[in-house]
Amino acid sequence: MSDTILSVRDLTKKFGAFTAVDRISFDVARGEIFGFLGANGAGKTTAMRMLCGLSYPTSGSGTVAGFDIMRQGERIKRHIGYMSQRFSLYDDLTVRENIRLYGGIYGLTRREIARRTVELLDRLDFRSEIDTLVGSLPLGWKQKLAFLVATLHRPEIVFLDEPTGGVDPLTRRQFWELIYESAAGGTTVFVTTHYMDEAEYCSRVSIMVDGRIRALGAPADLKKEFAAASMDEVFRLLAREAKRTE
Amino acid sequence: MGEFLSFVRKETLHILRDSRTMLVVLLAPVIQLLLFGFAISTEVNNVRVAVVAPHRSESVRQAVERVAANPYFTFEGYISQQEIDRTLRAGRADAVAVFAADFDRKVDALSRGESSEAILQLIFDASNTTLATAGSTYLQSIILGDLQGSMPMPDTRLLYNPQMKSAYNFVPGIMGLIFILICAMMTSVSIVREKETGTMEVLLVSPVRPIRIIFAKMVPYFTLSCLNLLTILLLARYVLDVPLAGNVVALVALSLLYLILSLALGLFFSTITNKQSTALLISAMLLMMPVIMFSGMIFPIENLPVVLRAISCVVPTRWYIEAVRKLMIEGLPFVSVIRETAILAAMTVALIGVALRKFNDKLE
Amino acid sequence: MRTLFVLLDKEVRQFFRNPFLPRMVVLFPLLVMLVIPWITTFDVRHIGVAVVDHDRSEVTARLITKIGASDYFSLFDVVDDYTSALRHLEAGEVDAILEIPSGFGRGLELGTPERVTISANGVNAVKGSAGMQYLIRVVTQTCSELQAERGIPSLADAVVVQNRYNPTLEYRNFMLPALMIMLLIMICGFLPALNLVGEKEAGTIEQINVTPVSRFTFTLAKLIPFWLVGFVVLTIAMLLAWAVYGLTPAGTIGAIALAAALFVLTMSGIGVVIANYSVNMQQTMFMMYFFVMVFVLMSGLITPVESMPEWAEWITRFLPPRYFIDIMRAVYLKGTTIAELGWNYGALALSAVIFDLWAALSYRKQA
Repeated sequence: MSDTILSVRDLTKKFGAFTAVDRISFDVARGEIFGFLGANGAGKTTAMRMLCGLSYPTSGSGTVAGFDIMRQGERIKRHIGYMSQRFSLYDDLTVRENIRLYGGIYGLTRREIARRTVELLDRLDFRSEIDTLVGSLPLGWKQKLAFLVATLHRPEIVFLDEPTGGVDPLTRRQFWELIYESAAGGTTVFVTTHYMDEAEYCSRVSIMVDGRIRALGAPADLKKEFAAASMDEVFRLLAREAKRTE
Repeated sequence: MGEFLSFVRKETLHILRDSRTMLVVLLAPVIQLLLFGFAISTEVNNVRVAVVAPHRSESVRQAVERVAANPYFTFEGYISQQEIDRTLRAGRADAVAVFAADFDRKVDALSRGESSEAILQLIFDASNTTLATAGSTYLQSIILGDLQGSMPMPDTRLLYNPQMKSAYNFVPGIMGLIFILICAMMTSVSIVREKETGTMEVLLVSPVRPIRIIFAKMVPYFTLSCLNLLTILLLARYVLDVPLAGNVVALVALSLLYLILSLALGLFFSTITNKQSTALLISAMLLMMPVIMFSGMIFPIENLPVVLRAISCVVPTRWYIEAVRKLMIEGLPFVSVIRETAILAAMTVALIGVALRKFNDKLE
Repeated sequence: MRTLFVLLDKEVRQFFRNPFLPRMVVLFPLLVMLVIPWITTFDVRHIGVAVVDHDRSEVTARLITKIGASDYFSLFDVVDDYTSALRHLEAGEVDAILEIPSGFGRGLELGTPERVTISANGVNAVKGSAGMQYLIRVVTQTCSELQAERGIPSLADAVVVQNRYNPTLEYRNFMLPALMIMLLIMICGFLPALNLVGEKEAGTIEQINVTPVSRFTFTLAKLIPFWLVGFVVLTIAMLLAWAVYGLTPAGTIGAIALAAALFVLTMSGIGVVIANYSVNMQQTMFMMYFFVMVFVLMSGLITPVESMPEWAEWITRFLPPRYFIDIMRAVYLKGTTIAELGWNYGALALSAVIFDLWAALSYRKQA
């Protein structure tokens, strides 16, 4: 088993004349919490969608969990988890039904699903809500549930697209605890965020500006490199260069 | 007024950006009018006739030739007595004419009053009722031709629509059908979509009064519908050759009223549901049935049982079609459609009233 | 296989949790089958008639009495000239004019009757042509009665007309199978389309797209529930046709079920194809609306395909409901067998294969 779970070289995505992602290259090591930062419109989500096999790269190459993103998109999907920016569990199914659905899709046995459901809900202190329709849960709970569902099948790497958007600070903390637990359990975490305090929790971060990666390294190293007191400052220094807006 | 216009601008942009929907909205009526205008016809023609004739005498052969030469009938060939049922069941013919054996002799005996034996049997596939009803008298008179003692076929003509061109008859119906469905779908879905995505709340907290927001939504759709009206009238006149015999101004005014009514109907639907899918099912699927069936477009209303006739009165399309027939085809003056216009106007006011009331209730 | 069951379980739960759909699936066919058959009739009554009598003989008097007595007509007036009759027609007071030439009565007695002229208002085509048909019939019948009374042999009496398969000429029997098809077109077309595009709008489809579910499995899970719904709808409709209108299929249930299965597969496939190519519900719905209207009005469900111009008839060959309606009417009323309708079944099977494959292939997990 190699130490690199994700590796891309010159990955590019164009929409007509617009280059959303412009020749980015980087590696992610197994077990890392990799922060994928950038302002709105910098190309984070587009890049992530290519890594998850939701969108074809225009050019470049890369592997995720040992599979080629150009040709083996469907194979990659067995080994990854994904939580999109938009909440995307079924509102009209209950908590239990959603878990059962995704467990079934990933080929977990009935017993396994039942066991993990209990385990998950205990972790969230959620057991009383097992038969509640997901649509009626508060947003923070929905997000945590979505994360747990994305990691239900113990993927090698999980992609989180702005998982804490719009939730309160307390829930954000709890959310990051879940992320740490997963990482400790061996799952690599690839996360985009707007919150620079969250960037400090990552093992390494990259910062995208106008479709390119402008900085890459551990938060402490980046702060040193840019002579900044916080990640927030680093980010602002770089974001100022941005030409394009949303 | 300024903010009203900015809402109108926003709605217009929504519509213009979704170019595919716009294409369908503008093109569908054109294609449908042409397709249905030329194709829908209740007239029976092309009745396929097979013949059983044990003796093919000269007079039998002449009778069959008359059938074959008639534009309403197609001669499908001779079959045997045993094949009748199979031919009809498999749909290879619509009718079978069975000539009696010794046809000539029996006709002779009959005309001399010496016998009353049957000379001809016409077996129709009556699963197609219209065809069997319309075909039997006609086929009979053609086969018997001018044999001594037969009744000559009456001369028939349809006034106002001399060749019975179906376009004339169905254009008012198709207009009524297309306008109401498209308008109701457009407004109901655009309002419910804003409810679903939550943007309606954003609009409602703005200082603009809700009624203005609603009207601002309807303005661009009304404009689109006017474009549709224009293309349909031009097509009807110049492609389908509908005479537009009457007062064109009155026809346009009446159609505009009907468009507003249809938009208001969509508005009403949008107040009874919060889900786009439900709004669409109501305004496309559930509405389509009564509008096709209950409007007199195809099936005449006068002969419905009283209860159903009463129900048909609440279908706006019924009144619109009646009025358009008078204005467009019969060329009657505007006074003759005052009743229909009044009913449509009353319906419009009632729909807008109820819809706004429900809309405001929801806010509180 | 397991994945399919898991997805089906989800679809079924979502269907029953929708506050509107299950009720609609039961109530819509109920409403359509109970109400619409009473409307769909070309059986027109009380047709206003004006008679222009140039003959004023005993024969025409008899004819006029007949018309006056019939339930089909309401005799408005007997006049001397065509112009005044035409004025009545223009004012909407009468729908048809019967003009009898002078010498008509004498001709009849000599066995060489002259032609009468019937003019009808063609603006309302149904009423106009029905009025014409009825007038032709009443004139013919009355004349042969009169001839018989006078001992003149009439050929018309020696003709036997048999209306096979529907002896009472019940128009409803012709329309009921068409209504069943309309229900299937709408329900099995609109519902899967809306369901799929609904997932696109809600974003839930993305979560599915990052899983290893194959597009065939996913598409199948979207189609199967609506096949079942289709059969529920058809069953309700057929039971009502039997209980309310006493119409049962003359052919086998199997022949109907096979055709319905193929048709339902086709319709739901079309729904999914359209949803796959659109980005929001509005697009899907407008496209579906367009095709549903064409299917309902052009496939011969209401008006005969045979009376269309040649180019239009050619178009109908590409409309799957056209083949289904031929099968339904033949099996329901004539008891035709699958073998006799082989061509129609073949066409339906082909369209089912095409649209379902297209549905699966046009579904893109990756953009």
